[in-house]
Amino acid sequence: MKRVSLVLTLAVAAGFSIQAASAQTLKTIKDRGMVSCGVTQGLAGFSLPDDKGNWIGLDVDICRAIAAAVFNDPSKVKFVPLSAKDRFTALQSGEVDVLSRTTTWTLSRDTSLGANFTGVTYYDGQGFMVKKSLKVNSALELNSASVCVATGTTTELNLADYFKGNNMKYEVIAFATADDTIKAYESGRCDVFTTDQSGLYAERLKLANPADHVVLPEIISKEPLGPMVRHGDDQWFDIVKWALYAMVTAEELGITQKNVDEKAKSDNPELKRVLGSDGNLGEQLGLTKDWVVRIVKAVGNYGESFDRNVGAGSKLGIARGLNQLWNKGGLQYAPPIR
Amino acid sequence: MAIEPRQPPTQFVAKLQRALGGSAGWSGFVVQILFVAVLAWLAYEIVANARANLQAQRIAAGFGFLATTAGFDINQSLISYTGSDTYGRVFVIGLLNTLLVSALGIFFATIIGFLVALGRLSPNWLLSRICGGYVELVRNLPLLFQMLFWYLAVLAALPNPRQSVSIFDSFFLSNRGLVVPRPIGTPGFEPFVAAVLVAIVASILLSRYSRQQLFQSGRVIKVWPYVLGLLIGLPLLSSLIFGLPVLFEIPVLKGFNFSGGSRVIPELVALALALSTYTAAFIAEIVRGGILSVHKGQMEAGSSLGLQRGSVLRLIVVPQAMRVILPPLTSQYLNVTKNSSLAVAIGYPDLVSVFAGTTLSQTGQAIEIVGITMGVYLLISLVTSAIMNFYSWRVSRSMG
Repeated sequence: MKRVSLVLTLAVAAGFSIQAASAQTLKTIKDRGMVSCGVTQGLAGFSLPDDKGNWIGLDVDICRAIAAAVFNDPSKVKFVPLSAKDRFTALQSGEVDVLSRTTTWTLSRDTSLGANFTGVTYYDGQGFMVKKSLKVNSALELNSASVCVATGTTTELNLADYFKGNNMKYEVIAFATADDTIKAYESGRCDVFTTDQSGLYAERLKLANPADHVVLPEIISKEPLGPMVRHGDDQWFDIVKWALYAMVTAEELGITQKNVDEKAKSDNPELKRVLGSDGNLGEQLGLTKDWVVRIVKAVGNYGESFDRNVGAGSKLGIARGLNQLWNKGGLQYAPPIR
Repeated sequence: MAIEPRQPPTQFVAKLQRALGGSAGWSGFVVQILFVAVLAWLAYEIVANARANLQAQRIAAGFGFLATTAGFDINQSLISYTGSDTYGRVFVIGLLNTLLVSALGIFFATIIGFLVALGRLSPNWLLSRICGGYVELVRNLPLLFQMLFWYLAVLAALPNPRQSVSIFDSFFLSNRGLVVPRPIGTPGFEPFVAAVLVAIVASILLSRYSRQQLFQSGRVIKVWPYVLGLLIGLPLLSSLIFGLPVLFEIPVLKGFNFSGGSRVIPELVALALALSTYTAAFIAEIVRGGILSVHKGQMEAGSSLGLQRGSVLRLIVVPQAMRVILPPLTSQYLNVTKNSSLAVAIGYPDLVSVFAGTTLSQTGQAIEIVGITMGVYLLISLVTSAIMNFYSWRVSRSMG
């Protein structure tokens, strides 16, 4: 019942919260001195506290980038760990200002939840993990398998579609949290663990012998993961949207955490515009002129954040793939900052 | 028609006044009206405000979602279910799963609880200490951990399906659960059921008759051979004439899992086990308290009549103890149902898991879904209480 009462509290808050419906998010945040950011309960690479209790990850960097842009201090973020199930209610109720929690952008979520997706931080797709000892090489060999999945996710729906579409039978066991799910998989309750492929690599690290498990090659869905904000505050929507675009643009222009100060002094007109020595683009967003400088100093450009958290420089070692810049064969593309 | 003497109006008004306004009289009455009005206004404001805010944020509202396709699967459903059924059906599936595990929990908790209580009261030193130890251990640990313990312990102890323990090659026990042959009805099924019903009714009539004879003429009729004959003979006769009532579909290991047969999933076993052992510890204490509340003299009186210890307990002590036991026992039954909502932690598809969980997050309609779920738990609890109160009323009435 604890879970129900939590949801209820949030639901009631969603109903009454005046703040939720108002267009004052930026002002509220400045008054509070903190950005409240909904993240996962612990998913390596995306949002996970390190041994000192600092949250790190790709999703976390989006929150830190916003805090850096608003306060010039990436530590002014209050991280709120949310289960997949409770995340939308927490956003609707005003408990969090931005939901940066590996959430898949779908039409129904964009329309019926009273919230908007601001962009795509990570192009993902759903995959399967099995024990190597099963000697399965393809997801199409999984007929009659038992599958462990976290409840309240698009994963659950894709799974049903995939097995039905391929005329395969399966048994689904749905758990409340990712931890419960992976524990049940490890105990042998299921043959297969399924989630977004990035999540498979991250969760595999939690297993006793990661090398005994293999991620199958099939990607059965499109999972564009991105941050969400509430309806009704276009300024805040713009800030969250452009925080990500600033990181992508920085990578495109070769601006890194190390050279950002140097680049800010450059005579290149585009660099001058983006880094704020020319024009007032940041102020049009309700921020300061040097907003991009602040963001890049705090978390680096998109590529740096990717490498540090999920890419080659991390334990996960995921290749850039679809998340490479558009001019290098990927999908990451930012509208021009001008 | 008898005309009742009318009360003088003043007296009536005074009574009404007392009833409505208490000692404060009419002014108190006005205050109460105001209070109710304020409450009603507050309730209206809450609903209107919630609706306005939902509309302003363009969050979907209403109960239309119950008719839309769910699109996800559930691993245990008592009635048929596929991913292309509606959220409304998901609600029914979840509710049935909750009721199933609650009923199992209540049933086993009652049996274990009574046995442990009797064991704890037993003169046997070892038995009473073991039962005491059980109560103290189980009721002092959080239920959620007991659930996880049973779940992970049960799973860890069982082999994978390919190495499952088989009994007669038709029952298979593995970490996918217990797979048993599934009965399939044949044309002989209906006559068989009819024969069983006739046998039961005849047995009841027979035992009533023998009881009547015992009280009227003191004649003791041995009923059980006839009852046994009826209960076995009639169904057997029906099977001989109309053929076997059911055939069994034997499960076969195919690929990863068994196909065919019925399956008891380990989640259900772990949840029912955790709920019943946990609640049994509380019930044991309630029963022990109830039995101890019966005066010692009753026990001694029974023994001096020559009754054995078991008979004394069954005929004299327990019926009297029931009056004390029943009200707190009802609370424990309600707790079983409510505690079953922890099921999602071990992946059992109960109401909270599939409806207040998956359905909620797929549709985002938190207010409606949480409202329905709470209403359902309230209803289950009230019905359970009503049944227990009726039983309690009958017990106390039968004792005069």
